[in-house]
Amino acid sequence: MPRPAARREDGDVFGIFRKNPEQQAQDRAKIEASLTKTRQGFLGRIGALFQASEITEDTWTELEELLIQADVGVNTALKLVERLQARVKKENLKRMADVRAALKAEMVALLSNSPFDTLDEPRLLTVVLIVGVNGSGKTTSIAKLAKYYRERGRKVVLAAGDTFRAAAIDQLKIWGDRVGVEVIAQAPGADPGAVVYDAIRACQESRKADMLIVDTAGRLHTKFNLMKELEKVRSVCARQVHNAPHETLLVLDATTGQNAISQARHFKESVQVTGIILTKLDGTAKGGIVFAIEQELGLPVRFVGTGEKPDDFAEFDPIAFVDGIFA
Amino acid sequence: MFENLQTKLNAVFEKLASRGRLSEQDVELALREVRLALLEADVNFKVVKDLVARVKERAVGAEVMKSLTPAQQVVKIVHEELLRTLGEPARLDFSGPPPLVIMLVGLQGSGKTTMAGKLALNLRKSNRRALLVAADTYRPAAVTQLEVLGKQLDIPVHSEGTRVPPPEIVSHALRRAREGAYDAVILDTAGRLQINEEMMRELEQIKAIAKPREILLVADAMTGQEAVNVARGFHERVGLTGLILTKVDGDARGGAAISMREVTGVPIKFLGVGEKLDALEPFHPDRLATRILGMGDVLTLIEKAGDAIDRAEAEKMSRKLVKGEFNLEDFLKQLHQIKKMGPLTQLLDMIPGMGKMTKEIAPEVTDKQFRQIEAIINSMTLEERRDPRILNGSRKRRIARGSGVTVTDVNDLLNQFRQMQRLMKQLGQGGRGLRGGLMDLFRG
Repeated sequence: MPRPAARREDGDVFGIFRKNPEQQAQDRAKIEASLTKTRQGFLGRIGALFQASEITEDTWTELEELLIQADVGVNTALKLVERLQARVKKENLKRMADVRAALKAEMVALLSNSPFDTLDEPRLLTVVLIVGVNGSGKTTSIAKLAKYYRERGRKVVLAAGDTFRAAAIDQLKIWGDRVGVEVIAQAPGADPGAVVYDAIRACQESRKADMLIVDTAGRLHTKFNLMKELEKVRSVCARQVHNAPHETLLVLDATTGQNAISQARHFKESVQVTGIILTKLDGTAKGGIVFAIEQELGLPVRFVGTGEKPDDFAEFDPIAFVDGIFA
Repeated sequence: MFENLQTKLNAVFEKLASRGRLSEQDVELALREVRLALLEADVNFKVVKDLVARVKERAVGAEVMKSLTPAQQVVKIVHEELLRTLGEPARLDFSGPPPLVIMLVGLQGSGKTTMAGKLALNLRKSNRRALLVAADTYRPAAVTQLEVLGKQLDIPVHSEGTRVPPPEIVSHALRRAREGAYDAVILDTAGRLQINEEMMRELEQIKAIAKPREILLVADAMTGQEAVNVARGFHERVGLTGLILTKVDGDARGGAAISMREVTGVPIKFLGVGEKLDALEPFHPDRLATRILGMGDVLTLIEKAGDAIDRAEAEKMSRKLVKGEFNLEDFLKQLHQIKKMGPLTQLLDMIPGMGKMTKEIAPEVTDKQFRQIEAIINSMTLEERRDPRILNGSRKRRIARGSGVTVTDVNDLLNQFRQMQRLMKQLGQGGRGLRGGLMDLFRG
């Protein structure tokens, strides 16, 4: 169901029904804080750029450069600038403030505005599969996600599906303790499919859990065998639980450049990724590649990771994101 | 994926009439494509600007080598500039008194812990004993991870859990290394953002205690524009001595390497090329440069072509070709020239406009078949090569025996040759397009 537009206009940029005002304020503060550095960086210069009084040929070139520096990618940057130029001409925009609002609107329009509620639908067991390349931040994101849903009244269990990397299971267990959720694990080197099978059974029977988040080993999307293994993990979920996994989220490091498109494409093809968790946004990286991923692959960003603490996590909101960039 | 830079440049130069010398206008057009290619490869924007300016300076007015097309000439200059920026590979500095202290630094998830294990294993291969030090007390189970790696490799790990401050752990580890006469100490530090003041200060403390001769920035090959800020941030605070690029086994173009080299000036020392602990490679500037350009090994082939193809001979050949006068003897000569350059499949990629055809042709025309074709033609008399029409059943049987194939194989070759002759003649009359592309190849 589309969110009513009115909620946007009254200043509620988050527009998420189930959040209370306090949470909204907190989430907004997190995104704002994480983007402060972004703002002070290159993209902040877009703001400065708009303070210049006249639109010249240089305005467009500089704008294009700034977008590219934010990892938006050449094609998307060019497309954005072209659209903006057309709009400026059509609407006969003269004032820089209007041009700025137009660009913001164009950027927001590239990002999905669909509400993220698939995980909130009532089910006996909701299964979330987490995938990504090595070092993107899967385990940390899982802990944050677990905490997020636990605080919303869910009984969450984690499946330690990364049986390959040294001490990955221990890492997940430590996180499980910290955020107060149980971790179902086997020995290192165990078949990830078997771990997931066990975990699902445990959720359904002894644990009476209603949400299972599955950790998987990091893998480069170009590794054929490892991607096949991931497909198997997915099919175990699908066999054991109706319509599972209900979300398959790709964890993407905001520092990643153009290769992120290839990552997203490969993971989508093999395990039908449904959304993105964008991590490490607390650095100076802008994560601009998500525009291209949304455009080319239709994958929306669902959550953002903004630090190492379990609370450094928020639902992604395109308006807040773009607003933050331009503030 | 981004199209091959070579193909794009060929398209640019196709429109231009000028040959021989690169005009400023030619270069401008070409450099637009170069700029895009480098940006798509994640080379930082400012670095691209500088690089393109250097290429322009060298390219304008440059004489096009007789064996190269203008596009190839521009690519060659870009390639050389990339090589220059990437610099020479460098080894670990073992010159001082042992132990050599190596400090690994970098962002979260760049691959430091795995790299620590790989380096230790690599050192053991050259009979050096390394002590691994678990100085990441922040990330959950990071200490355990290094311990597990140490156990797998049978290499000692110094760890003191997660309660002791990392500088203290390092201090203890150094004492242990000196007492145990280790050759090297590898410090696995916690991943950190270059803008995290507290964590960067900790790194400075560790540096002050350990006095490492090697401070290596471990960076993900998939890093985007941000690479310059990361490299600069770490370099300014702790003074890097080298770079290590990880996850190079993926399909990232690795332009971040160029950015990081440009802002730090320190050499790239290793590449991580897989999850296994022996997946560590020395750095080859040439391979990385061609990869960044998205060109495979074609550049090497361009240079080989320069040595192998005689331009005057190629001109004569291409004229014969389009007139349909091309005979089996010419064909053989062509084969010899091509063979001097390397595998056919790669060679075909060089031919402008042949990209798509390559994919269709390549699987059938293997190098093995190449040798067979050569054998068949070699078994013919000169007269037969010049006019294959005289080949009757008896001659064909003789040729088949002589080259160790069947008469069917001989017939197949003759059929293919006739088809090719016809095709060339048609194309010769048909103006540009494929013919243009082929002409470019033969013209060199």
